[in-house]
Amino acid sequence: MHPAFSVIFLTTLIGVGQGLFLALYSGQIYSVLEVLPPQDDRLFYGLGSGLALVFLALGLVASVFHLGRPERAWRSASQWRTSWLSREVIVLPAFMGLTFLYGGLHYLGWDPVLGTVGEGIAIHLTLIVGALATLACFALFLATGMIYACIRFLQEWATPLTVVNFVLLGGASGFTAAAAFAAWTAPALTTFFGGWAIILTLLALATRGTTLIRNARIKHKSTPQTAIGVRHAQIRQTAQGAMGGSFNTREFFHGRTAAFLRSVKWVMLVLVFAVPVVLLALGLTVASGTTLVLALLVQYLGLLAERWLFFAQARHPQNIYYQAV
Amino acid sequence: MSDPARQPNTEVKNTTCYMCACRCGIRVTLKDGEVRYIEGNPDHPLNQGVICAKGSSGIMKQYSPARLTRPLLRKQGAERGDAKFEPIAWEQAFEILAERLGKIRASDPKKFALFTGRDQMQALTGLFAKQFGTPNYAAHGGFCSVNMAAGMIYTIGGSFWEFGGPDLERSKLFIMIGTAEDHHSNPMKMALSKFKRNGGRFIAINPVRTGYAAIADDWIPIKPGTDGALLLALINEIINQGLYDREFLVNYTNAPELVNLDQASTEEGMFVRAEVPEEEGCFDPQNKLWWDRNSDRAVVNRSADADPYLLGSFQLADGTPVKPAFQLLVERVKDYTPEWAARITGIPAETIRKLAHEMGVMARDQKIELPIAWTDAWGKDHESITGNPVSFHAMRGLAAHSNGFQTIRALAILMSILGTIDRPGGFRHKAPFPRPIPPCAKTPRGPEAVQPNTPLAGMALGWPAEPDDLFVDAQGNPVRIDKAFSWEYPLSVHGLMHNAITNAWRGDPYPIDTLMIFMANMAWNSTMNTVEVRKMLNDKDGNGEYKIPFLVVCDAFQSEMTAFADLVLPDTTYLERHDVMSMLDRPISEFDGPVDSVRIPVVPPTGECKPFQEVLIELGSRLQLPAFVDEQGRRKYRDYPDFIVNYETEPGSGIGFLAGWRGTGGEKFMKGEPNPGQWEMYAKNNCVFHYELPRSYQYMRNWNRGYLDWAQQHRLTRYAEPINVHIYSEVLQKFRLAARGKLQGKQPPERLRKRIDTHFDPLPFYFAPLETQLTDRHTYPLSAVTQRPMAMYHSWDSQNAWLRQIHAHNHLYLHPSVGRANGFEDGDWIWVESQWGKVRCMCRFSEAVEPGTVWTWNAIGKAAGAWNLAPKANESRKGFLLNHLISEELPASAEGEHLSNSDPVTGQAGWYDVRVRVYKAEAAEPRETFPQFEAMKPLPGTPRRLRKWLAYRAGTGLFKNLLKKA
Amino acid sequence: MTQLALIIDLNVCVGCSACVTSCKEWNTSGLAGPMTDRNPYDADPTGTFFNRVQTFEVGAYPHTETVHFPKSCLHCEEPPCVPVCPTGASYKRPEDGIVLVDYDKCIGCKYCSWACPYGAREIDEQQKVMKKCTLCVDRIYDESLPERERKPSCVLACPTNARLFGDVHDPESEVSVLIREEGGYQLMPEWGTKPANHYLPRRKTRLRIHDDELVRVDNPLKKEAPRPRPALDEPSLDDVTSW
Ligand SMILES: Nc1nc2c(c(=O)[nH]1)N[C@H]1C(S)=C(S)[C@@H](COP(=O)(O)OP(=O)(O)OC[C@H]3O[C@@H](n4cnc5c(=O)[nH]c(N)nc54)[C@H](O)[C@@H]3O)O[C@H]1N2
Ligand SMILES: Nc1nc2c(c(=O)[nH]1)N[C@H]1C(S)=C(S)[C@@H](COP(=O)(O)OP(=O)(O)OC[C@H]3O[C@@H](n4cnc5c(=O)[nH]c(N)nc54)[C@H](O)[C@@H]3O)O[C@H]1N2
Ligand code: SF4
Ligand code: SF4
Ligand code: SF4
Ligand code: SF4
Ligand code: SF4
Ligand SMILES: [Mo]
Repeated sequence: MHPAFSVIFLTTLIGVGQGLFLALYSGQIYSVLEVLPPQDDRLFYGLGSGLALVFLALGLVASVFHLGRPERAWRSASQWRTSWLSREVIVLPAFMGLTFLYGGLHYLGWDPVLGTVGEGIAIHLTLIVGALATLACFALFLATGMIYACIRFLQEWATPLTVVNFVLLGGASGFTAAAAFAAWTAPALTTFFGGWAIILTLLALATRGTTLIRNARIKHKSTPQTAIGVRHAQIRQTAQGAMGGSFNTREFFHGRTAAFLRSVKWVMLVLVFAVPVVLLALGLTVASGTTLVLALLVQYLGLLAERWLFFAQARHPQNIYYQAV
Repeated sequence: MSDPARQPNTEVKNTTCYMCACRCGIRVTLKDGEVRYIEGNPDHPLNQGVICAKGSSGIMKQYSPARLTRPLLRKQGAERGDAKFEPIAWEQAFEILAERLGKIRASDPKKFALFTGRDQMQALTGLFAKQFGTPNYAAHGGFCSVNMAAGMIYTIGGSFWEFGGPDLERSKLFIMIGTAEDHHSNPMKMALSKFKRNGGRFIAINPVRTGYAAIADDWIPIKPGTDGALLLALINEIINQGLYDREFLVNYTNAPELVNLDQASTEEGMFVRAEVPEEEGCFDPQNKLWWDRNSDRAVVNRSADADPYLLGSFQLADGTPVKPAFQLLVERVKDYTPEWAARITGIPAETIRKLAHEMGVMARDQKIELPIAWTDAWGKDHESITGNPVSFHAMRGLAAHSNGFQTIRALAILMSILGTIDRPGGFRHKAPFPRPIPPCAKTPRGPEAVQPNTPLAGMALGWPAEPDDLFVDAQGNPVRIDKAFSWEYPLSVHGLMHNAITNAWRGDPYPIDTLMIFMANMAWNSTMNTVEVRKMLNDKDGNGEYKIPFLVVCDAFQSEMTAFADLVLPDTTYLERHDVMSMLDRPISEFDGPVDSVRIPVVPPTGECKPFQEVLIELGSRLQLPAFVDEQGRRKYRDYPDFIVNYETEPGSGIGFLAGWRGTGGEKFMKGEPNPGQWEMYAKNNCVFHYELPRSYQYMRNWNRGYLDWAQQHRLTRYAEPINVHIYSEVLQKFRLAARGKLQGKQPPERLRKRIDTHFDPLPFYFAPLETQLTDRHTYPLSAVTQRPMAMYHSWDSQNAWLRQIHAHNHLYLHPSVGRANGFEDGDWIWVESQWGKVRCMCRFSEAVEPGTVWTWNAIGKAAGAWNLAPKANESRKGFLLNHLISEELPASAEGEHLSNSDPVTGQAGWYDVRVRVYKAEAAEPRETFPQFEAMKPLPGTPRRLRKWLAYRAGTGLFKNLLKKA
Repeated sequence: MTQLALIIDLNVCVGCSACVTSCKEWNTSGLAGPMTDRNPYDADPTGTFFNRVQTFEVGAYPHTETVHFPKSCLHCEEPPCVPVCPTGASYKRPEDGIVLVDYDKCIGCKYCSWACPYGAREIDEQQKVMKKCTLCVDRIYDESLPERERKPSCVLACPTNARLFGDVHDPESEVSVLIREEGGYQLMPEWGTKPANHYLPRRKTRLRIHDDELVRVDNPLKKEAPRPRPALDEPSLDDVTSW
């Protein structure tokens, strides 16, 4: 596929936003469970949610560039019964709304206790809103992932790993962001977030690595033989009917060499996983917020490469009809 | 649901397509006067509703930014080739032309030359030239496929090309040789598909497998230029196996006729004639001898109860040794064995044998018999029409080689020994064919035919029957600028347009003054040696005068050629004018009878475009050419439609351009008084007139009494004599005898005697193409050929926004082994080099090409800026023109004499003889084609070129607006 | 239920591209138009086409087959491009199975084109909406056209009649019979998209000649041998007796 920058930014930015929210909310849960010290509503949760919203909003903006007719974008919510894209279009604003509510309640300190459970664990309104937002967040991960994973003949994408990767990579980058954010706003939580960031990054490495291996070994079901229905081992295209190129040659080919793809893969492995893990560990050890910010920046850059590769590696069966590019 | 554009303000009109020479009937839907849809006319006999890629893209031609819309005169001081022009009024254009041409006509008419390209009005352009008095007139035939016409017409009186074709409806085995697309585009496709669906077997012989060959049951790749060897080997094997149609050969060919073999006689190699007085006329007198099996002696052919030997060696009573022509053929092909041919053609001997057996057995065992009674030319009644279902089609793959004439003779002979001439399932003629062998039209025989202010005394093009028919002066030198009908190319029945510019530039045989080019892109596609020819067009003599002083170009588009014009005349498009596809030219006849057709404008002319026909009629009137003015010198014809209706070949002849609805009320056909309502009748009848012959006249027309009489009565022919197949060609033998000094009359110059002796062999023989003989095959190991792409017509469709997307540039296709051996890969930039020049291009590997051949689509590459394309357009950057590698002349002899790179018999351009080598372009070289030319600028009057977007919707007036802004 | 479709007979398709431009010509001024072109007269011209003809080479020299392969939307019975569309712009008509795009709803997200394994959809780069073959829905039901012309433009154009149009659900239709009897097949069956369009394969006609067919009694060469005729001066009864 041709990696479209609008979609690369959309998915990576909302991933950070989603992860960041999940970090915040898990922080809150932990503090409710008194595993972690409680944090300042306004500064930490309020601003933190705001930050998550910024990522989400930037993602949304990026997505607009993907649409030919953005003024009609509202129509895209109508097919939630069948279309994961439609579902994403519904869930993303819902999640953003809930995050906004979550952050707003925290920010305003309007957080009544709705009841208690067990041994006096107070159920705050934000906890409920947060839980709903978390649901929305995972729904969003699912929707985003499924947009790709549901196209069954894009075999590089059509695997649960796609959704898992979206979750883990979003989570990793979000927790990294949370760690950096906490370095200023809640230093006590830095290690918690940073630690999880490392764990999630390593988990993501495992699943994304598995995906890489899987993709390298994929046996594509569609072949020139099935594409034109001729059973012969040697089939070569000599003309594709349009010499100046066509939508099919622009949309579905990355136009880069295999060597370039290999180097992007290494860039991804280094920037998404290796460097951030080291920087996170370092940042946590020496308690340097700047190092953690650096970790986030590096990881985000890496994610851009990761997502680029995600598209570029996906070989669309239509390309068999357009070999002669 | 229905077409939103259809409802209001739409009209539908019929006319005839001219996106190619096939001339399908089309139906044009207009929306608010703009073309909305062009579809095949379902009621048209030729295409029956189908259309092709080009035909469907007519809209983009009609509204092309390359359209010329105003007469243009080269700017004072501007050089030719700079394409700097100022628009002038038509009146001024006519004044310039009338003055200049008037002077030429009054002094030396041959200083005016008129050459025309892929047009379909040779009847009118030829008439104009003849009336003007110049011998220097020809159309594209000489560089196109004259070998096909001449090779077959001199053998069977008809030919492939636009004159006849395979009867695929009844055929069972079809062999297509060297054809990519050809003129009968849609009908061939329709027929081929039906043929396959009926279970017919289709074999393609071609170095390349594309297009038609793609759907062949078998593809037999062959080395270019070697088909002669294959065909002779097939004849050999068929005769060896006794698979020939003896009955057909005896009754309808000269195979049994006895040839004089007395080497001492001046009649050597001529048929022995009976003591019957020789009849005068343009036909074969029936007075030759057979050797009768029953009486074992020579008898006059067709004597009652005689049964001639086809083989054997005999002696006449006077001691003259004689043999039947067929015996000579057998002796000729004796050494042309399949094993011999295998070495030359690259086709395994086994394949050749199998092919021969398939043809022969199919012809013998699958005989067709139609219950149609007919009478032959000798009065014998036959109960049925029979045929052998083996058919062929061949075109430029054979024709465009300098050995093509003899190759095509071999093909026609193969078809004849299989007994497939004008019979069901075989080859079928189309009216006005068959013609006598050779046809009657003749050129004048000497320079005295060219006189000031006088029409030419004869035709500019004709069919020599003997050396005396040549158009040469007392010294044997050519009268025509292209040297046609001279000893260099005696049977150049279509002229040698490809040498006209070079000869005029060199002043050999003489300089001319005005060259008028109509509908030919002679600065690009229809010229060989393009780089040099472009220089010649611009070249000046010592006095600073152009060597070709005045160049007039009539074109509809901004072709490469227009840049070199002194005067540009903007023609209309096919949708804007009247045209006739006349019986006097190349009509669209069907096997079952004559068909002619017309164009009737569906939209008004754009800008100041004027049909060239109107230009000729206007000029003819101003120049007082007799055909165009009355006794008082007043203009005779209001306009072209008026001319078409009222012109008669001779006063009262009743023969005009159109055969349909003649006679005052439209009640006659072929011949009859002018009918003022003729155009309306064509309009009412889908623009086509189709006369279906009675069934009994539809076959065996060379020998069919009914048909021959019908043709004579309707003045298709002067004589109603049978047209026997010339297995053995006496016409050729006459030239050979002249070369051997055995014939009275015109004598060839010494230097050409040997050439004529060799090539005017009365029986087909194989020789490697002339250029191959003159090329070091180790240095240039590959043959380079071109093919027509189905979706492009010559050079003129790159301006078409839709078609150019299909062929934006071309590659050189070659077998991977060739690339690997020369160190390059698929898609690389490479050089192709011949001994004449080199071109840089992109290559593409292909498994569908014979490894000794490289090929490309013809005329996709363009000069920068031509056709009003952006100078960066793919056509001029990535596309290339193979013509740069092809020479119009063979290397000059030691005495400095130039011979055309053409068939020595017919002057057919040897396009496909060129030999090349290929090697990788250096990494540092620009990734664009070489040679490059300075970009042409848009000409005044061409519409503004849309830059980024084109979103065509009929009825929006888009083009009109662009034109306004021009 | 009706499922309209095209059948493409690769056995007779010569790759002429008539179907390509007749489609463009019909549709650019029709319901589905305009069919925009970019750089129409400049470098790398490119534009919207609903149907293109490609060329494949099968096998190695000299046993190469050249296959011309026209392809437009296959009007799948299980079209993956439809459910993914977030706006409902892409839809399959229940009455005749034609898959269409409603340009007024389309947001140009291109997602449907990703979901088509065949590369049959093309975005209009100027209008920014998705376009594709409509099976000439604005012709086939147009009652102002004579019956025989109520067919897609490409079908009417095709000079080899390699394109046939009809209802593949009607077992008696011409197209169904061809699919059944001539080995009609679907492209990329592995995805279960059930393309309504079918392709007919190449079929070969061969001729087998037995050796004894070459030598037969009616061989005309037999007529060429001189008739058995003793020379006149050979001894005969005339020399010895008179009756
Ligand atoms: N679409 C389209 N149609 C056209 C034209 C066009 O430009 N475009 N041009 C028209 C004109 S003017 C003409 S003259 C006709 C010509 O019609 P064709 O004769 O079909 O024209 P070419 O493209 O020259 O095809 C020559 C074929 O011969 C093959 N060939 C070359 N050398 C040899 C050889 O030595 N032996 C054999 N067996 N094959 C060989 C080539 O591979 C090619 O397939 O087409 C007419 N029709
Ligand atoms: N290398 C190579 N060269 C070849 C061939 C080949 O096979 N290989 N084939 C040769 C053959 S067979 C032929 S016939 C020639 C053809 O060669 P040409 O006859 O030169 O054909 P075109 O290049 O199409 O040029 C025809 C000119 O007519 C113009 N034209 C188009 N329509 C109209 C109109 O309605 N009115 C007027 N006045 N002009 C119009 C076009 O703009 C163009 O400039 O090419 C020959 N050249
Ligand atoms: S074959 Fe030629 S005449 Fe017929 S539709 Fe095509 S371009 Fe027109
Ligand atoms: S071919 Fe593609 S666009 Fe057409 S219905 Fe099938 S999946 Fe959809
Ligand atoms: S591009 Fe248009 S038709 Fe395709 S999925 Fe998006 S909205 Fe639907
Ligand atoms: S059916 Fe109509 S829209 Fe579809 S490819 Fe054919 S002509 Fe084009
Ligand atoms: S019009 Fe017919 S023959 Fe030509 S490419 Fe299309 S399907 Fe093939
Ligand atoms: Mo030609």
